[in-house]
Order: sequence, then C-alpha cells, then structure tokens
Amino acid sequence: MSGKRRVLTGTHFVLGNYAVVEGALAAGCDFFAGYPITPANEISERMAERMPQVGGKFLQSEDELCSIFSVTGAALAGAKAMTATASAGFNYMQEGIGYAVAAEIPCVIVDVQRCRGENYATQADVMQMRWGASGDYETIVLAPSSVQELFDHTIKAFNLAETYRIPVIVMSETTIALMREKLVIPSPEEIETVNRKKPNVPPAEFLPFKAGLDGIPPLPDFGEGYRILHSLNPHDERGGIHWDADVFESMYERIVGKIRHHRDEIIRTEDFYLEDAEIVLVAYGSESRPALDAVKRARARDIKAGLLRLITVWPVPEKEILAVAKQASTILAVEMNIGKYAREIERLAAGLCRVVRVTKNRGLVHTSSEIYTAIEEVVS
Amino acid sequence: MPNINPLRRYLRQGSLPHFFCPGCGAAQVMNFFLNAASAIKLDFDKLVAIGGVGCTARIPVYLNAEALHGIHGRTLPWATGIKLHNPELEVVIFAGDGDAAAIGGNHLIQAARRNLDVTMIVVNNLNFAMTGGQAAPTTLQGLTSTTTPYGNREQPFDLCQLAISAGATFVSRWSTYRPYQAINAIKKALQHRGFALVEIVSQCPVNFGRRAIGSDDPAKGIQWIEEHSITIKEAGGKTHLDKFVVGNFIEEDKPIFEGSSVWEENDAQPG
Repeated sequence: MSGKRRVLTGTHFVLGNYAVVEGALAAGCDFFAGYPITPANEISERMAERMPQVGGKFLQSEDELCSIFSVTGAALAGAKAMTATASAGFNYMQEGIGYAVAAEIPCVIVDVQRCRGENYATQADVMQMRWGASGDYETIVLAPSSVQELFDHTIKAFNLAETYRIPVIVMSETTIALMREKLVIPSPEEIETVNRKKPNVPPAEFLPFKAGLDGIPPLPDFGEGYRILHSLNPHDERGGIHWDADVFESMYERIVGKIRHHRDEIIRTEDFYLEDAEIVLVAYGSESRPALDAVKRARARDIKAGLLRLITVWPVPEKEILAVAKQASTILAVEMNIGKYAREIERLAAGLCRVVRVTKNRGLVHTSSEIYTAIEEVVS
Repeated sequence: MPNINPLRRYLRQGSLPHFFCPGCGAAQVMNFFLNAASAIKLDFDKLVAIGGVGCTARIPVYLNAEALHGIHGRTLPWATGIKLHNPELEVVIFAGDGDAAAIGGNHLIQAARRNLDVTMIVVNNLNFAMTGGQAAPTTLQGLTSTTTPYGNREQPFDLCQLAISAGATFVSRWSTYRPYQAINAIKKALQHRGFALVEIVSQCPVNFGRRAIGSDDPAKGIQWIEEHSITIKEAGGKTHLDKFVVGNFIEEDKPIFEGSSVWEENDAQPG
C-alpha cells in the first residue's frame, strides 16, 4: 500500500491503525497532527508518509495540546483535520475538545484506548469520550470493531464533523488498532464525503453564529473576508463576547440541541437475532465480536439470545436500548472495563428488565466462551 | 465632524467600549500594532489575530480581522495549524507573559525552533493581571504581588533570550515608554519571514503598579519601566536579571516551517 493516490482502492491486508489513515485520506483529510504514543504511533507514522504525498500537511506536535489546537486552527483555515492519540494523550486533549465544541469546529479525534500506563486492551475511556471536557456539551463517538470499520468509521466521523460542526471521536482500542485484517477500499466515486456548509451571503450580511432550523451555522474559511471571532467565551450571533445570561443559555441550547435534535440521523446500531430474543447482549467496539459469537452459540442450544451492537456510543442510542429493554427479560451489558456504559443501559432499562454487567478488566477482550457462560448463568 | 481616530476603522464594529483599565499598557500595544499595520497597509481580510486568555489576549477581540480567543497558552498551536494549512494568511499572536512564558512556554520554544512564519507580540506586564495580580515567570525578584506577599523569590525569564536560543529569527524588546521603537519593531516583525517575537514591557497600574511599585499611576508605571531599562549596548552581553534589555536583538533569514514531513516528487519511498 504505497503511492501518491489519495484513495487506495482495492483489497488489502493491513493494520487497524493504517486503516484509520486511509479512511481519513479517503474522507478528504488534509491536516494531521500527532504526538508519539503507543498504541497509536502507526497512525502518525503512516500519516507522515502519506499526507505530504497527497498535498496535505503533517505536524509532529510537541504535545497533545498542540495536536488538538493545531487541528482546530487548521480546521478554521478550511482543512479537514484530524489527530490521533491513546488514552493518556486523550486526557490532554479535553481542553481542545471543549473549545472545538464551544466554537463549533469540525475535526476528528482518534483515541486508541489502552490500559492506564500500559498498552493492553480496554474500553475504559468510554465515559471520558462523553464527559471529559468541562462545560456542557454533546459529542458524537463511534465505536468500530474491526479494521474495515476503522476505515469506514473514520470517513463517517469526518462527514458527521462537517455536517454538525462538532469534534467527532473515533473510539478505537488496542485490540483493533494493532490487528491486521482484510480491508476493502472502494473507488473514490463510491465513497460518500461531506463538506461543511458555507455562507451564501456576503460578509456584511453574515451573522456567523446564527443558525437556521437545523441549529448549524455555516462556516467560512479564514481569509474569505468574513472576519469572525471564534471564542470559547459565550458569544452572540454576531460572535461578540460578553456575559449575557440569555445569550449564554440560548447558545448552549443550540450547541447541544443541534446534536439532540438529529439523534435519528446520527445514531447507528446493528441488530443480531433480536426478533424473538429474551436475553439481549448490548456491546460496542471489539467486544461486540465475541458477544456475537456467544449469541450464535446460545442460539445453537435453543437459547433465545440476541445482540444489540452500538456503532454510535454517544449520543446514547436510547430508543434502541429502550426497545430491547421492553422486549427482553435480561440485558447483558458486555464491556472491557470495570462496568461503565452499563450505567446508561441500567438507566434506560430501569423497571423494564434486569441488567447484568458482564465485564472484564484484564487487558484482554472477552472470549466468546466467557460471554456464553454469562448467558448460561442468566438462563439457569 | 467628530474627530475620529483614523485607526478606528481597523476595530471590530460593536466591540467597543474595550475592557482595559485606564492607563493599561496592553491597550497602548494595540495602538502600536494598528499604527504598524496601517503603515505597511496590512490586509485585514487575510489577518488572523490570536489571543489566549488574559488582558492582552483581548486585543484580537477588538480587531476587525479573523480572530481566535479564549484558551490560555495555546495561541501558537492554533497558529501552527492555520499557517500550515494556508501560508497566505498573516498570523499575529497577542500574548501576555502568562500565555507566553508560563502555560504556553513550551509552544513558544517549539514555534521558535521551527521558525514558524508568524508574529508574536508579547505584552509583558510582569504579572497575571486579569486574575488579580499574581506573580508571573517574568516578575522581577523581590517584587511583591498577591502570591509573593514577602517578595518574589523566583528568577525571572528572559523571553527574548529564550526565543533566540530556541531559533527565532526576529527578536526585539521595547517598552511602552518607547512607542516609536515599538511600532517600528512590530512593522519589521510583520514583514519578517519566519518566527518574529516582539516583547513590549508594559505597565499594569491596577494589579502590578499598586503592589509591586507602590503606585497605580500609569505614568509612574511607565517611568519605573524606563528606570529599569538598559540598551543592548549598555547590557554588554551580560545577563541582567533586574533590568529590561531593550533593542532589536536579531534579524535572520532562515527556512520557514512547512510541516514536519515534506515530500518531493523524486523522494524515495520509505522502506
């Protein structure tokens, strides 16, 4: 896989981290910044090779703060920009994520989750994805489960970022980032890409933070003459910063609302054997793979098990979880941490069905046998 | 006809009145910048003015330009992304000594090392003014502030020497006592290709002056700065931790930053 083409159409056998790079390039990414950190290094390394070949810019930043802020700067200058890191580096990026939310800057962040201080597999950052930065916000977080999905979801992340003017997080894991699998890259014509909405009025008539019914204001590039102030501070429709409780309240109503009101367009889940399922596994990321195996084993033994796989973990697929909670007698919340996302499921399923936490926090993905055993315990 | 300052046309409509205290040095530096920008006919459509957090960081809020504001210390990372993606833009950073020498210190070193083609104007008022007058990495030894009630025990930073040793290609320090030299230095910095740092030592009557020098009179603050200033020649190449060495330190022509990995048509494929 080398060359100067932006989209490497064809069938490949590659590392998950490389699939992220190819997905980004296919989506039109033309700025990348990264600071060395395992297990995300291969993203930076391949970007250093590929990005300049396709006319984009690569920055090896001095720290993750520089990564995220150079990304937001480049994005305002008109770039489709991305950074990648692993858990410890993701901590540093929260400041930039908060800024990108408040200033409504489209960008993509890849977090390859690792165990604290070690590079073993985990899903322990799933709550930080949503709640890491200070202040009110909504995020969009995608949870790929394979090398192919690292490619597909990275493209999707750019498209969502451009559509909603929001930082979108690709929640990767050591498991898939360092796994080699088949990757099929379609032709450029088959890949859907989205570009941010631009103003259709001249600068004198443009109110940079006034949105239509969709809640998403158009975003011109720096240098196009619109002379906009992009501040973290509360700002009115003109972009002027000052404290006004009404301005503050309505600004955050819109910023949060533009995601909440588009949940149905944003949220993606996948169903397996749900039609008649009495025991439903809810899983995301790499954990959805052994979960699906376990469901198949249960089905082979006439246990009515099914899997709801969350592709979008934030915003929470509330309708979908609620539907299985109404249908099932038991939900198994499967995840690779001490039990975190289970709280969201328990919140939605309260009074409707039992929720059992199936957790593993040993730096390894569940085996399908372990999950199957959990299903059997529920049945017996 | 009311007598309107000709520089007012460079200010963002609706952004006044500004929030600077009477006699503030940062407001004077905004004036210096506008004088310099006006003299070289800077295209404000292509200007990106960047401020972090603090009094100086507010300057971009008042400029009729593209502007970024509201994050402490990350001005240079923003600038790096902007400049790499669109080198045609003129990027100017307005940083206080907190933004430049404390929280953003590493970014300053790295941007200087890379010779990022931007202009950084540091208003050094020797304290964290917006937060109420705490000591900064630039506060001279022995001075009192809200966090050094018994006198500052730390050695101050010399930002200009720091930038020079890191690789900056234009470095200059003046003070609000010497407006014409400051304006000229900003003019040169804006026209310089590469990392240009102009430090302007400034009075902060309300939060520095009152506590450190016992007067909130702006004129006394400016006078105090001048009394503690020596020229490069007077400094004689020696370190003066209790003085501000003023003058134009260096102006060099070196390749500018175009990204950490640059590919050319005939480069070999990495192994």
